[in-house]
Amino acid sequence: MESVFKKLSLTSATLILLLLTSIFVVLFIYAKPAIDEFGLKFLTDPRWGVTVQVDTPKVDKQVATTEQVTDEMAQNDNLQTEDLLLDDSSDNSDSLLTDDEDGSTANTKEVYGGFVPIVGTVLSTILAMLFAVPIAMGIAVFLSEIAHPLLAKPVGVAIELLAAIPSIIYGMWGLFYFGPLVSKYVGGQSVSLLVAGLVLGVMIIPFMASLTRDSMNTTPAVLKESAYAMGATKFEVIKDVIFPYAKQGIIGSIILALGRALGETMAVAFVIGGVFTFPKVVTDPTVSIPVVLANSFAESSGMSMSALFYLAVVLFVLSFAVISFAKFYFLRNKNEIFNK
Amino acid sequence: MKNVMEIKDFYFTYPKAPKPTLKNINLNIEENKITALIGPSGCGKSTLLRSLNRIQDLYPGNKYDGEILLKINDKMENILEYKKENKLIELRQRVGMIFQKPTPFPMSIFDNVAYGLKFAGIKSKSEIEGRVEKALQGAALWSEVKDRLKESALGMSGGQQQRLCIARAIAVEPEVLLFDEPTSALDPISTAAIEELVVELKERVSIAIVTHNMQQASRISDYTAFMYLGDLVEFGETEQIFLNPKEKQTEDYITGRFG
Ligand SMILES: Nc1ncnc2c1ncn2[C@@H]1O[C@H](COP(=O)(O)OP(=O)(O)OP(=O)(O)O)[C@@H](O)[C@H]1O
Ligand SMILES: [Mg+2]
Repeated sequence: MESVFKKLSLTSATLILLLLTSIFVVLFIYAKPAIDEFGLKFLTDPRWGVTVQVDTPKVDKQVATTEQVTDEMAQNDNLQTEDLLLDDSSDNSDSLLTDDEDGSTANTKEVYGGFVPIVGTVLSTILAMLFAVPIAMGIAVFLSEIAHPLLAKPVGVAIELLAAIPSIIYGMWGLFYFGPLVSKYVGGQSVSLLVAGLVLGVMIIPFMASLTRDSMNTTPAVLKESAYAMGATKFEVIKDVIFPYAKQGIIGSIILALGRALGETMAVAFVIGGVFTFPKVVTDPTVSIPVVLANSFAESSGMSMSALFYLAVVLFVLSFAVISFAKFYFLRNKNEIFNK
Repeated sequence: MKNVMEIKDFYFTYPKAPKPTLKNINLNIEENKITALIGPSGCGKSTLLRSLNRIQDLYPGNKYDGEILLKINDKMENILEYKKENKLIELRQRVGMIFQKPTPFPMSIFDNVAYGLKFAGIKSKSEIEGRVEKALQGAALWSEVKDRLKESALGMSGGQQQRLCIARAIAVEPEVLLFDEPTSALDPISTAAIEELVVELKERVSIAIVTHNMQQASRISDYTAFMYLGDLVEFGETEQIFLNPKEKQTEDYITGRFG
């Protein structure tokens, strides 16, 4: 019996690892052409789907590459300049030129760079966290320590329900109500990096607040009582006893929320604007990695497809790095407390 | 003989409870003496102890009746009349409490002991250091921890943690210390150390201690109160209670015939 159980749990544990690696490997294989073509410059290149003239002698290779992506190149033939013009790959239908696939494309190539969506992802996540963490902590403290139990119960349930709302609904709310509101009071457009960050923040607040409240509630009553018995005020008990005690759970909830914000697609797709421009101010529209992926796969093939996979690899690595960093950071703290 | 606390016609009712949990309690806590509260489980010992520093007020809806007087500057004040938070904080600095399980805060050993001092308005670093050392010595812990004051208190043994909690409580120099079964989670050696400590402490503070251990009550206390189902059945000098109790219930309990 025990050996069966052991084997079963071992299998499931290995399965998860296998799944993780195989997802990564598949992403990597599909992204390979783009990785070979653009290398690490992809990360800092703000051009997406821009046609540039090729002035190097490596014509053979360029032709081979460009032939794979003639579909995308076709509509960009009219942009045969060196101007690093930014273009939105998703508005293919706007293009008037679609038919001259021969000859003239031989000395041009499409350039893909992920800088804009990478920055959009990172900035919208940072904005969301800056906005959400203090509010979520406040809600959690209120629910677990300040509110009368008769009030904390229903409000807590409401927060849990909010956390269960599908993200697309937050997106719609952001597009039709919150975005215009922000643009009215803060300025800028009703779809922008700021709106995306705030909608993301609103989306993760209930999630973070209810997890944080749960871990605060695990503080033993007798520990709080002994702080009060020393003459501490409520604020001091929260600061000196509850927060340190629940620290791991709180950090855990922040990490989970961060992971959600990094990979969120639907809520952001509605409100970030979806344009490949670098945001000069926070109220400018831009784009994020998941939004690019969701919007562009349908009309992609060849190199543009591969570039999308490259973006996916970047998102994968980014989430993985952020979460493992946070995880190791908080494991170290745990050792500090319990092993000395 | 002087009383530091006097409990008069005291009734206590938990929120929504149909009947009072404590009924008509009359009891004095004498200065520099140890008063033990004994009785079967559920008779209200903890409830009575927790009324003496109003810690139960952290949970709303309790009903008090009668008086609990505390000597403050040679005048008796009724602590049940305290309403404001700062009055309650002052009360809890005068009447410290040690719980059944050790409750070190998630911070260093030094910070644990210094914790109450900042509420008492002590700011000078050298005074804090002096008081921490004195408290740790008072709790017979100084020699064991003086080289690891900066380390987390959570790494100490259970017995050390309990002595740390005592050090933390005596650092603010309270007049009364309340112990709620302070040794029931500890091994015999740590228990003996705590008992010795409690006896030493009575030179400085007045003590009320709840215990299920008859030997412990008879070893260390000067007065003993026997409670049963929310009533104070008998109260007197420990020797008298254990050697010739007046009430039959008391006799049955201390001879182990029930409870
Ligand atoms: N928070 C509460 N709300 C309602 N009733 C309570 C509460 N706490 C305790 N009681 C009840 O009050 C009575 C006295 O409890 P108390 O904890 O004071 O007993 P005790 O003598 O300390 O028992 P033990 O020896 O087991 O610690 C019990 O019947 C208990 O069920
Ligand atoms: Mg008890």
